Amino acid sequence: MGDFHNSEADLDRFSFRLGFTAVCVLLAFAILLGRFVWLQVVQHEFYQTRAEDNRIALIPIVPNRGVITDRNGVVLAHNYSAFTLEITPSQAGKLEETIDALGEVIDIQPKDRKRFKRLLDEAKNFESIPIRTRLTDAEVARFAAHRYRFPGVEVKARLFRQYPLGAVASHAIGYIGRITDRDQKWIEDEERQANYKGTDHIGKNGLEQHYEFELHGQTGYEEVEIDAGGHALRSLKRIPPVSGNNLVLTLDTRLQEITEQAFGERKGSLVAIDPKTGGILALVSNPTYDPNLFVDGITPENWRELNEHPSKPMINRAINGAYPPGSTFKPFMALAALEMGKRTASQTISDPGYFNFGNHQFRDDKKGGHGLVDMYRSIVHSCDTYYYMLANDMGIDNIAKFMGSLGLGQRTGIDLGKDDFSESKGVLPSTEWKKQRFKRPEQQKWYAGETISIGIGQGYNAYTPLQLAQATATLANNGVMFRPHLVHHITDTKTGEPRLIEPKPIRDLNLKQQNVDVIRRAMVGVNKEGTGARAFAGVPYEVAGKTGTAQVFSLKGAQYKEGSVKKELRDHALFIAYAPADNPTIALVVLVENGGFGAQSAAPIARMVMDYYLLGKLPKGAAGEDAAAIEEEAE
Amino acid sequence: MIDIVSRLRQLWQQFIAHIDFPLLFITIAIMCVGLATVNSATWDGNHRLLAQVGNMGVAMTIMWFVARLPPQKLMSFAIPLYVVGLILLVGVFLFGIKVNGARRWISLGFTRIQPSEIMKIAMPLMLAWYFQTYETTLKAKHFAIASLLLLVPFALIAKQPDLGTALLVGAAGFYVIFFAGLPWKVLIGLLIAGASAAPVLWTMLHDYQKKRILTLIDPTTDPLGAGYHIIQATIAIGSGGALGKGYLNGTQTHLEFIPEKHTDFIFAVYSEEWGLLGNALLVFLYTLLIGRGLMIASAAPTTFSRLLAGAITLGFFTYAFINMGMVSGILPVVGVPLPFMSYGGTALVTLYLGIGILMSIHTHRMLVKK
Repeated sequence: MGDFHNSEADLDRFSFRLGFTAVCVLLAFAILLGRFVWLQVVQHEFYQTRAEDNRIALIPIVPNRGVITDRNGVVLAHNYSAFTLEITPSQAGKLEETIDALGEVIDIQPKDRKRFKRLLDEAKNFESIPIRTRLTDAEVARFAAHRYRFPGVEVKARLFRQYPLGAVASHAIGYIGRITDRDQKWIEDEERQANYKGTDHIGKNGLEQHYEFELHGQTGYEEVEIDAGGHALRSLKRIPPVSGNNLVLTLDTRLQEITEQAFGERKGSLVAIDPKTGGILALVSNPTYDPNLFVDGITPENWRELNEHPSKPMINRAINGAYPPGSTFKPFMALAALEMGKRTASQTISDPGYFNFGNHQFRDDKKGGHGLVDMYRSIVHSCDTYYYMLANDMGIDNIAKFMGSLGLGQRTGIDLGKDDFSESKGVLPSTEWKKQRFKRPEQQKWYAGETISIGIGQGYNAYTPLQLAQATATLANNGVMFRPHLVHHITDTKTGEPRLIEPKPIRDLNLKQQNVDVIRRAMVGVNKEGTGARAFAGVPYEVAGKTGTAQVFSLKGAQYKEGSVKKELRDHALFIAYAPADNPTIALVVLVENGGFGAQSAAPIARMVMDYYLLGKLPKGAAGEDAAAIEEEAE
Repeated sequence: MIDIVSRLRQLWQQFIAHIDFPLLFITIAIMCVGLATVNSATWDGNHRLLAQVGNMGVAMTIMWFVARLPPQKLMSFAIPLYVVGLILLVGVFLFGIKVNGARRWISLGFTRIQPSEIMKIAMPLMLAWYFQTYETTLKAKHFAIASLLLLVPFALIAKQPDLGTALLVGAAGFYVIFFAGLPWKVLIGLLIAGASAAPVLWTMLHDYQKKRILTLIDPTTDPLGAGYHIIQATIAIGSGGALGKGYLNGTQTHLEFIPEKHTDFIFAVYSEEWGLLGNALLVFLYTLLIGRGLMIASAAPTTFSRLLAGAITLGFFTYAFINMGMVSGILPVVGVPLPFMSYGGTALVTLYLGIGILMSIHTHRMLVKK
């Protein structure tokens, strides 16, 4: 009986608990339904938007970078499509293992791994990083067969920048490289972030940097439906990119090449300008480097080699090297004297071979002096004494004023690099300059004795080859000065219209024609009967020129003997010239570092350039051989 | 001629003798919704509809066989099944195959099995048998022993680690103990003890388990990692709205934003395409299923069958509630499939095994009474 009663109670209890759980179940389901109402009714709009955002992604389409060609259509920078093998780290799992496994399918060098690691450190999230570039067709096919083994690894067609002529004109063209934090800041300062989505290269220097925003083009977009893995499923809308604008240069590649070859192993620079426009015909800085090394990210070994090489190939000597002009300064001094009425052309001085100032003796190169010297002879024979005296008579600030009007000691504003600071200013000495340059009062004072050597282009004088070239071109153009520039016109890809870089004269110095003619006659004389005569023997055109030698090393009274001085301490050789003298189409400056006398190493290069430019004549041998034939000649 | 007809009728009667039609139709209704959703979830790639229809065939055949077995026969399976399951769990613990960092499988040479799945049925079977056996002399110590029978497999499964299955197995066992009459005082005491022991339990959780719970509280802290599943599933449900985006039109689903979309997260797919209306229908169907199960339990003639039916029914509820709760973001992500909806043969077989047991209990009740 008890058992039965127990069982009855058990049954009641069980039924009660069953009912209790039923209530619990209904309660739990009610909570769920409440949650559904919250999500699907109350919050519906919010999630609707989220789903909409989820589904559509804007994928940037990087435009083709503009092509750079020279004045004759020779391609200097273009793009080519190549396959790269890229890894998306967020999708690829263990990177080391993936790369090891990839190495069994496709040749991966230690340098590829190194570069990948470096790029990985710099990379933004979720972007794919190349492990190998420039795959061959066979490699692409081989990878395709093994593709399933490598999630997050894919072959992509990418456009690569290429400089077909390699090292030729590399300092002018510059190069592109991967966008760094600093570049990113530049982009942000210019408020161009949106247009740089998807872009991973940017101009690093030269024209590539100066015209970055012309060359880059308009980034396009593709609206695609994507899955959670970021894979594009279906294109909804495509706004195609607009290729970057093309640059057509004033540069003559052949001329550039000839000049670079003429320099050979020697360090130096040449800048050739069309004096009537300021268009640069050749801009050489030797030695050069291959800009192609930078495009994929330069290897540390190559970078070290370029950066630590004693001849400093990375420096653009044409705009960043500041050199004393030496005797090439004399025609400008003479012109200043005429313009300021400090001398007349026929006025003569007697040159004893030295000029005494205070208790210091400034010596002329020629022992015993040049005798009676007028302005013509002072330039033709490069008489130092004449200019010591002239400088003393003019005073430093008058010199500075005139030289400043020629653009010396100022940035020219050439279209290279990102901003003004990619170009050196040089030094145009003046009392004001010295006050700003030095801190201590005794250093800030300009001593009259310091003016003397300024007259022959020594002392504090230091100008870039480009500034000297601009001054020479201004002289050739009768005082009308143009801003030197490398781009002739920009071809707009949208309209196809050429946009001319208008050769605007910066200023007219309003020189008296007769004064200019005096200087021209004297400079023509240099190449006929003076220091440049040997280099320009038998030229069928008239060349105005002036040799120069810039001291690197002060000899303190001892006679300079080239052979007795170590090569890196030898003087720099300079030569300025323009031709044809009566109607100049080319003005140039040649600088050969440690080249000794300008007549010996610099003038022959000028001759070669002019022969090619004016006559279309190609040089027979290297410039060095010709130079050896020329005997040592006093300047 | 009439002979043949009556013979066929007789055969048919025998065939359906142990089928409980309400249960059958409810599960078939959920299965239809499930098949349609599996079809949608696998529409873009590897089609799974036919495979799931196959799974359903196998599972329902097993159901049919189990339904024919009288509950006494089922009782006789209790100890062997439990012991085999326990041995296999120890085997997994010692020599299991590690898949994705968890040791859940054991290799039998020709195939590999997941012993924790066996425990989902073996556990309530064993405990129901135990309480049936000590029905008349039930004392506190029997509850203690029953708890031990529950906790050992629970610990082994949780250790694999497979918290989801451990919870399901634990719940199935707990329901038996609860229905067997665990005093409310003890129950409340356990709840308080559990709550106060939570910090200790927390330290025992694996990092990934902790992370799941933490990301539940704020999924946005890890939007592309552990919180991703929750966020995307929630977006799917929310964007479905009241009436849904329409069959095969769920963007979250078809643009591959939903992970595990044909298995554990299938509810997100369904909810996106059918909206609140569809959800309500599905919850209603589950309520019917559970209601029918509880009716069977209340009508069951023996302690064993009562406890077993109650535990299995609440098991269905637990699966459904945990799954929908996790997909809609109110419970942590644990690997629990949605009953009769999620793709997968093993889970479906286990579910229909449970349905078969319910049918067996219900259709054999008269025989017992006689």
